[in-house]
Amino acid sequence: MTDASVPQNVAPPPAEVEDVELYHAHSWITKYVFCQDAKVIAIQYAGTAITVGILALVLSWVIRLQLAFPGAIPFIDAQVYYQSVTMHGMIMVVYMLTAIFLGGFGNYLIPLMVGARDMVFPYVNMLSYWVYLIATLVLVASYFFPGGPTGAGWTLYPPQSILTGTPGHEWGIILMLVSLVLFIVGFTMGGLNYIVTVLQARTRGMTLMRMPLTVWGIFAAAVMALLAFPGLFVAGVMLLLDRTLGTSFFVPSIVELGEHKEYVGGSPILFQHLFWFFGHPEVYIVALPAFGIVSDLISVHARKNIFGYRMMVWAIIAIGVLSMVVWGHHMYVSGMDPWFGFFFAVTTLAIAVPTALKVYNWVLTLWHADIHFTTPMLFALGFLVTFVNGGITGLYLGNVIVDVPLSATLFVVAHFHMVMGIAPVLVIFGAIYHWFPKITGRMMDERLGKIHFWITFLGAYAIFFPMHYLGVLGMPRRFYEMGETAFVPASAATLNIVITIIALAVGFAQAIFFYNLFKSLKYGAPAGGNPWRAASLEWQTPETPPGHGNWGKQLPVVYRWPYAYSVPGAPEDYLPQNAPPVRGERSP
Amino acid sequence: MSVMGLFFIFVFSVAILWLARQGVMESPWLEEGEVAHYRRAAGTEPPPATKVALAIFLAVAGCLFSLLAAAFFMRGDAPDWQMPPIPGVLWFNTFLLAASSVALQVALVAARRSDVERVKTALLIGAATAGFFLIGQMWAWRELIELKFFASSNAANAFFYLLTGVHALHLIGGLVALARTTDKVRNAACVTKELTTSVELCAIYWHFLLFVWLLMFAMLIGWADGFGVICRRLLS
Amino acid sequence: MYIALVMVLVVVGSILFHILSPWRATPIASNWGFIDDTMGLTFLVTGAGFVAVILFMAYCLYRFRHQPGRRAAYEPENQKLEAWLGIVTTIAVIILLAPGLLVWGQFITVPKDAMEIEAVGAQWNWSFRLPGADNQLGSSDVRYIDSANALGLSPADPKGQDDLLVTAGELHLPLGKPVKVLLRSIDVLHDFYVPEIRAKMDLVPGIVTYFWFTPTKIGEYEILCAAYCGTGHPQMRGKMIVESEADFEAWRTAQQTFEQSRKSDAGRDKRASAQ
Repeated sequence: MTDASVPQNVAPPPAEVEDVELYHAHSWITKYVFCQDAKVIAIQYAGTAITVGILALVLSWVIRLQLAFPGAIPFIDAQVYYQSVTMHGMIMVVYMLTAIFLGGFGNYLIPLMVGARDMVFPYVNMLSYWVYLIATLVLVASYFFPGGPTGAGWTLYPPQSILTGTPGHEWGIILMLVSLVLFIVGFTMGGLNYIVTVLQARTRGMTLMRMPLTVWGIFAAAVMALLAFPGLFVAGVMLLLDRTLGTSFFVPSIVELGEHKEYVGGSPILFQHLFWFFGHPEVYIVALPAFGIVSDLISVHARKNIFGYRMMVWAIIAIGVLSMVVWGHHMYVSGMDPWFGFFFAVTTLAIAVPTALKVYNWVLTLWHADIHFTTPMLFALGFLVTFVNGGITGLYLGNVIVDVPLSATLFVVAHFHMVMGIAPVLVIFGAIYHWFPKITGRMMDERLGKIHFWITFLGAYAIFFPMHYLGVLGMPRRFYEMGETAFVPASAATLNIVITIIALAVGFAQAIFFYNLFKSLKYGAPAGGNPWRAASLEWQTPETPPGHGNWGKQLPVVYRWPYAYSVPGAPEDYLPQNAPPVRGERSP
Repeated sequence: MSVMGLFFIFVFSVAILWLARQGVMESPWLEEGEVAHYRRAAGTEPPPATKVALAIFLAVAGCLFSLLAAAFFMRGDAPDWQMPPIPGVLWFNTFLLAASSVALQVALVAARRSDVERVKTALLIGAATAGFFLIGQMWAWRELIELKFFASSNAANAFFYLLTGVHALHLIGGLVALARTTDKVRNAACVTKELTTSVELCAIYWHFLLFVWLLMFAMLIGWADGFGVICRRLLS
Repeated sequence: MYIALVMVLVVVGSILFHILSPWRATPIASNWGFIDDTMGLTFLVTGAGFVAVILFMAYCLYRFRHQPGRRAAYEPENQKLEAWLGIVTTIAVIILLAPGLLVWGQFITVPKDAMEIEAVGAQWNWSFRLPGADNQLGSSDVRYIDSANALGLSPADPKGQDDLLVTAGELHLPLGKPVKVLLRSIDVLHDFYVPEIRAKMDLVPGIVTYFWFTPTKIGEYEILCAAYCGTGHPQMRGKMIVESEADFEAWRTAQQTFEQSRKSDAGRDKRASAQ
């Protein structure tokens, strides 16, 4: 079947869509260090993100140990505790999740999935990684400056974040803001690349509606990130000026510990608006790539097309647009004009509809499927449980009046860890198990993978599900120690100890994953080009791992959508996107 | 916040119109076989990647400036707000930037006509006027500082420095690109397609920065006060 | 196959945990029972959704697991089903949202007869101010703060002279009378948080925020800060004592007015200089 809207007398464009002048590495340094190949940059991004992620994981143990055994561990005082809370949050959200989904998976998968040889601007792509690395180093460097890193909480709310009552007000906050500004500059370079590559470098036949949902998710997330990060940029620069030059953007006249400050008239709520203007889309910047990847994992391993592909695409677009106008639900009790509460509650709950439709479609994909319980599939299913659980608690917090008692309690902590901590991390693991054979040519150990899955999934659920109830009880977050508080029963402390023990166990269990990763790198069973018998384009490369330029001499031509699984009449249960249609075959 | 609303309505309308033309309503499983890469009229070529990238970058920069404007209006509500006097040199600077924009447009027209000499002259005039604009901006800063309107003494002063500073940084980035284009033209015997694209990108960016500057200037001298009042009336 | 079983166990375990959990909301002590009701409704609707989705998934995992010879069905979409699911979800969301917005409407509409009191936050303690005989609070500004005027009341404002200052962090309130709490911070963000009254609101330096409630139960409650405010954040505590009208009046008359506090300070200063 050919598209009727294309005039038949026009010659089809050549398979080489555009003359991409390929960059060629000449030395070891340009091949592995200052490399412009998106696949190497992807590994660099992911490696750096996982490294700081491990640092943030260790910081979470500091937090958990303090909450379970307050005062018992000598090196954890209030200062260390708040610094750990802040760095754990900021690293995980920005430097780990955002970087690994867009910089890691985006770089590796976009060119392969749309049939391009590389990103459109490889040099800018390389620059993006190095700026990201510098941003990370600046952030970590704050540990070595007087006063240590900032302990302002990851939201960095002024005036508190720049005053003496907060740890790291000397250098930590400055380095944090500089690092964020650098990250945004680096990310903007990367984001431009992802978007232009999707728009311009798709191979012949790869229409937008023939892109895998992974590409749709990363594409939409990149667009949102480019529009949302300026909010953090503006907030960061202005706060930096308040801290260093003494301007009064965000700080009104105050008396700090008996001393009148020079500031006058600034608006702390203005900062919150700017911060959450970035901060809420940020949640979806992490979630949308995860949505896309999960759709692909479920489809491949259930041997069935993703149910309602069009709805999935529209939902991604709807979520992307709506998520830019819901930021105020982080500020229901911030003292902003209460009338905004109505508006933001409506937009926030409206976003639940496309999100719920996505969940239904994932589950409906399993209906009449042929489900293989491989490790990536298990992680995708684990994502579904944690995401649904975390998503519905979002309906509590989005509904303005229900948020009032729950805001700033452990309920919030449990909610966002479930929905944007555990759920995306399960997707990251699933995606690594899924694409590892393409990246290295070897399979990962399935048995170890399954052990890793069960410990991580059940453990994480056991950490964060009970935590909601501490929030309902009223236990506030960001408390270094609860102390004697009338409404908190002794059993709450016991639950905190249980949670901490599970958290430590789950944390250490990640060693299984890294052992599996490094072992399989060397001793894993050879995977061949397409071990999962997947239909999308990245599995059809002539070489595995894909060579420089990805596609050998000729770019692939795409003939169908990426979800042609179990098509009636087809000899196999999948039809690769680039397999020419057999003449006389009945169109599905 | 109304500024952001206007900005988003614009960006999202463009994006959704574009998506609609790309066939997001179609059922991909029904069509098999080669489908034309882009849905465009026969014989036209896709725009160069750099031009698409610039368009997206302008959206990002537009978002940045809109947020700054939104912050300007929200902070401007506070009773301590006191705009500094606007240095007269800014009027001259506005003229310089407009001239720079015109020069680049002339360069673009000349490039399309393959008039290398004219391209060279126009680019040089454009770069020079833009350079003088930056010097003029620095002059304005110096004047304000001499009159003791420091960034720390009032948020309005701080916004003046911040807005003009961010705008100047964008222009400096543009000057780097312009310098590279000028360098290419200097060694060129004739105007290639690639060269025309470079000149076109510079011209588009310059028009954007002129547009931003005009809005910003209107904000700084208070012509946009009415806008803030309208926003407040809409919200309440 | 066992994964289907585990998924069922996760659902059953979650429900059991909910039923058996000893960690429940504190007994309510204000008029905001509607908030609890809305939360209960939210729990029922979303809980049903969670159970339905995960159990359906578990069934699929069991029923459609890979077996030799199995081949998946080919069903790209079912617009009718998707439309129905969309409609049902939208209705569920409206069921949650409508009462929520109604209660929010009450939350932001302060009754006319509410008694105005003021809570002031500073790193890291609470102070309070109650109107004096004129039933009005005087104006205030951070600029007026000094050692003799910790809350920054305007010395020139006649309305403020009889205001009662409570600096010991202990607030008394009469039972059954609506209270509008005006919130003011002199340094960073704080949040007036008493779990038992459900309502809370941030204190933002530079502006005055507010919320209202009616105490409905006699007792002693702890005031916490729920907006991170520096290393002393968990130690920032106060006490809210709800008592009968008569007890409250007795307590109120024992408090020092702004005028008295300035006089006694001046007296102390005089004594200090005489020595």
